[in-house]
Amino acid sequence: MNTLVASLLSQLVTAGSEATYWFPPQASTVAAEIDWIYYFIYWISVFFTVLILAAGAWFMIKFRSAKTAPAAEAGHNTALEVTWTVVPAILCVFIFYFGLTGYMDTHTPPDDSYVVNVTGVKWAWAFTYPDGTVSDTLHVPVHRPVRLVMSSEDVIHSLFIPAFRTKQDVVPGRYTEEWFEATETGEFVIFCTEYCGTKHSEMLSKVVVHTEAEFSSWLAQAGNIHERMSPVEAGELLVKQRGCLQCHTVDGSTSTGPSWKGIWGRSEKLSDGSSVTVDENYVRTSILQPQAQVVAGFGPVMPTFQGKLKDRDITAIIEYFKTLK
Amino acid sequence: MSTAAAHDHQGDHGHGHDPHLAHHFDSPQQQFDSGKLGIWLFLVQEILFFSGLFCAYAVYRSNHPEIFEFAHRYLDVTLGAVNTVVLICSSLTAAWSVRAAQLGQRKLMIGCIVVTIACAFGFLGIKYVEYQHKFHEGLLWGEKFNPKHAPGGHGEETGHGAPHSEAAGSTAQVDNTGSPGDHGATAQPEKHAASPAVTHEAAGDAKVTTPRNTSIFFSIYFAMTGLHGLHVIAGIIVYIWLLWRALKGEFGPKQYAAIDFAALYWHLVDLVWIYLFPLLYLIR
Amino acid sequence: MSSLDTVGHGAPSHAEDNYLTHAHGFKSWALTLDHKRIGIMYLCSTVGALMLGGVFALLLRTELLTPGPGIMDHDTYNRMFTLHGAIMVFLFIIPAIPGALGNFVLPIMLGAKDVAFPKLNLASYYLWVFGAIFFVTAMVHGSIDTGWTFYTPYSVTTPANGVVWATMGVFILGFSSIFTGMNFIVTIHKLRAEGMTWFRMPLFLWAIYSTAIIQVLATPVLAITVLLLTVERTLHVGIFDPSLGGDPVLFQHFFWFYSHPAVYIMILPGFGIISEIVGVHSRKHVFGYRFIAFSSLAIALLGFLVWGHHLFTSGQSALASVIFSAITFTIAIPSAIKIFNWLATMYKSSLQLTTPMWYAFGFIVLFVIGGLTGLFLAAMAVDIHLHDTYFVVAHFHYVMVGGTLLALFGGLYHWWPKMFGRMYNEFWGKVGAVLVTLGFNVTFFPQFVMGTRGMPRRYFTYLPEFQAFHVASTLGAYLLGFGIVLAFVNLAIAAFRGRKSAANPWGGATLEWECASPPPHDNFAVMPTARDPYDFAHLTYDEKTDGYVARRS
Repeated sequence: MNTLVASLLSQLVTAGSEATYWFPPQASTVAAEIDWIYYFIYWISVFFTVLILAAGAWFMIKFRSAKTAPAAEAGHNTALEVTWTVVPAILCVFIFYFGLTGYMDTHTPPDDSYVVNVTGVKWAWAFTYPDGTVSDTLHVPVHRPVRLVMSSEDVIHSLFIPAFRTKQDVVPGRYTEEWFEATETGEFVIFCTEYCGTKHSEMLSKVVVHTEAEFSSWLAQAGNIHERMSPVEAGELLVKQRGCLQCHTVDGSTSTGPSWKGIWGRSEKLSDGSSVTVDENYVRTSILQPQAQVVAGFGPVMPTFQGKLKDRDITAIIEYFKTLK
Repeated sequence: MSTAAAHDHQGDHGHGHDPHLAHHFDSPQQQFDSGKLGIWLFLVQEILFFSGLFCAYAVYRSNHPEIFEFAHRYLDVTLGAVNTVVLICSSLTAAWSVRAAQLGQRKLMIGCIVVTIACAFGFLGIKYVEYQHKFHEGLLWGEKFNPKHAPGGHGEETGHGAPHSEAAGSTAQVDNTGSPGDHGATAQPEKHAASPAVTHEAAGDAKVTTPRNTSIFFSIYFAMTGLHGLHVIAGIIVYIWLLWRALKGEFGPKQYAAIDFAALYWHLVDLVWIYLFPLLYLIR
Repeated sequence: MSSLDTVGHGAPSHAEDNYLTHAHGFKSWALTLDHKRIGIMYLCSTVGALMLGGVFALLLRTELLTPGPGIMDHDTYNRMFTLHGAIMVFLFIIPAIPGALGNFVLPIMLGAKDVAFPKLNLASYYLWVFGAIFFVTAMVHGSIDTGWTFYTPYSVTTPANGVVWATMGVFILGFSSIFTGMNFIVTIHKLRAEGMTWFRMPLFLWAIYSTAIIQVLATPVLAITVLLLTVERTLHVGIFDPSLGGDPVLFQHFFWFYSHPAVYIMILPGFGIISEIVGVHSRKHVFGYRFIAFSSLAIALLGFLVWGHHLFTSGQSALASVIFSAITFTIAIPSAIKIFNWLATMYKSSLQLTTPMWYAFGFIVLFVIGGLTGLFLAAMAVDIHLHDTYFVVAHFHYVMVGGTLLALFGGLYHWWPKMFGRMYNEFWGKVGAVLVTLGFNVTFFPQFVMGTRGMPRRYFTYLPEFQAFHVASTLGAYLLGFGIVLAFVNLAIAAFRGRKSAANPWGGATLEWECASPPPHDNFAVMPTARDPYDFAHLTYDEKTDGYVARRS
């Protein structure tokens, strides 16, 4: 019943938050306020743009003179000077005030927020939930404040959810925070907005907003992949979730890292001149100590997955590799 | 760079009667005033140039006071103090050379310039000794930071200590690569802190814990003193040029602008060191 | 006072000695100490840089016609937008107006024979050349893909090896800019003509003076920043590198401490030019002279205190963001004062609809839109949504291109008759002005919509829903490119084949209109006396020469 109410409610909310000409849908609690401030500035801007440009164009036509015309009389008007100094100043104070209060609202997470850890790495996001589940897309319950605690493993990234009007840089060596409360279920895009290199524009993900009940069942499902899937399926899911496919392909084309097509049993030439056959131990070493045996022709850029992939995960990935003929 | 503001005083492209007066100036006074304002602007620019490093110093010192507290004890206060005295002397002779030029005391002026140059070389010599010692002791920036002794423990048996500590260092290295997984995503810097601590135990010194990221202190130390050193070198070049012109007899009571401006520059270089010395050597 | 000012006003000047005919041969240009020739050299060089950066821009826009990969791959795109930004900012926008028009016009306007330090001036130019060589080296040797902002730790870790070349290029260009600024400050302080009090200084000089203050005070911080970045990349000292305990956000603070004031290095000279054009071509005393003069200084000084508004999403403290946001809004006020004063100058004037006036209007269009969209970004809550999206891209193009390019064109069309003694084709001049303004708006206005909808900047590929806007933007860019080329071609033809121009074709009252066109080597045969720079009453039109002559009893 709860679900029914929630979905009815969400439909109502959805109906009211279509994308407009300027904005994506309003899908978080702060979105409406931010859009309001935006439109407040927008209409002030429209007013002054029209005023200034119309006056300028009119003066250019109206006062156009022959070259022989005598120079015009100088004018001065202190009251006018004061007016156009004070009026913009007052408007600026208002805009500043609204901007400030809006910022405070969007930067003060409620105490009971649901916490998700976020890791940015070239060029994928990893979302870690309180129970240790990891996913490459962000799943959150609707109508519940969510706090993202974020860090980067390499360069600066920035997590931007346009529908929630929220954005925060993700910086290596420190934690930054971002919070939101989704107001409707559905899927919304996540962009990386701090330039981070080759595939910056492909560092996309999505936030999936579930009802409370759907979220619980998703989390339970996502947490035990090894129980509900075959090792091959689990391996396929893991390489997708952990961002491996940002650098490795399964179709034979070369990317930042070697392709996995036909990898199993292949003899790889390494950058130190030696060669190695791809077997269980090589895959394991490459995941845990990526810099130890780098395939010739590729840079030593892969991050380690020590502590992030369990033995069982690696076994599943190995099983998956065996299927990539 | 530093001589640029004084360039016009060669003034050889004018058509005026005074060979030192450039064509676009009305009077020698105007020319001198322009040069003076120019060199002051240059000095303002220099101060802002250094201010970036002073800001970096302030940020790291306020965020990590323990690093500065710990690492400054590696520095040799005696050598730093001697260098301070040397630079102050050179500043005095630089100022004196201007006075001598104004009064037409040619020999005194040349003498002062020579002493200034000698002091500048002396400063660099002492700095070289300090740098060499730090290179030898592994007191360097970034990943190269690998001290062979605890602070204050330098000086004795350096020859003997070196290979011994090196072995210890490589032990630490192995230790690092073996356990990256222990550190979290953000704990990478920790591995650099690990090596000195291990080193000291292996070398049998008194037990000392090196704060995390102590290498930052030496990054800042080398950046600041290195940039200052480059300015000293630039000053030496300027003063050698002045000496050459002085020997040719180009300076006199009416023609001393270049000496005046160079002295202003030299005072700034001195002043920067007077800030650097306490900030780096005399913490607490 | 004499009834006619300095002789030779209306007389054709080709027989006389001028700065162009004073000496001949390559060396007479390469080693010249004449501020006018140095100005011309700056003009040619910076316009060359503009063309190079412009070609990159058109290639980028062509790539963005489709959401997926088009004419280039990821890395090429990333390198190209980096080079577009770096070349435009460091080789064109910052040096163009002070280097070209500032050098040419400033000493003459001031009634001086040259800048205070002519050799230093030439050295500045050659530093620009060296900086450009470093950039070209960065381009061909390893390239650079960091964005023009060189953010750490990306710039420390990227495999593109051109980074060090580029940062050293920026370092060198920084000193070029510093020396130019020093030169101008000293010149304005010490070499003013008789009667040239501070409040008889043309507004262009106030603007250049304010610019020079920023150049001297802010650029050294950039110099030390890129120097540290170079050291970081080569020696790994760890000051900005988090993997060695450094703070990558500190780099952003350092960088923007320069680069925000640098925005005013770009725009203030533009304000100065527009003030001149609006005054002279309205044939009316500039309204609120002191307000405009002081607003330039105010912008220059406040500009130092707002760098943190680039870091609202970086994780800096909320308090810092609040302060930076508040100060940012204060800059809106002097900017608004200028706009309103220009409008008031045009009101009840004897306005001449010349090409420079068209550019001045184009400037006002772009600057009003660019300035007002700055309010969105200064409001913290809204900036969080808009930061690093196309909204920001559109905003700073409106300000920087509107500010620099249109003002540069306006200034060139205003002073071209003075620089070369020849008049251009007015019809094609106006067509160029319309095309540039129109093309610009078609290019960048759709980017405001895209940005508000969430399109992030520096994206090689994008979601298909943005395509219509990208296509419009690209078509606008072609139009803009065509307009720019047309405007320059018109000027180039005029320089060689234009009809002879009078010494004072617009009826300007500042001192540069009192010397012959082109000016003689030493600028003035008789040193002039400065009067009110915007008192046009004594200047009357002379049909024979199609110029204005002074009648003063």
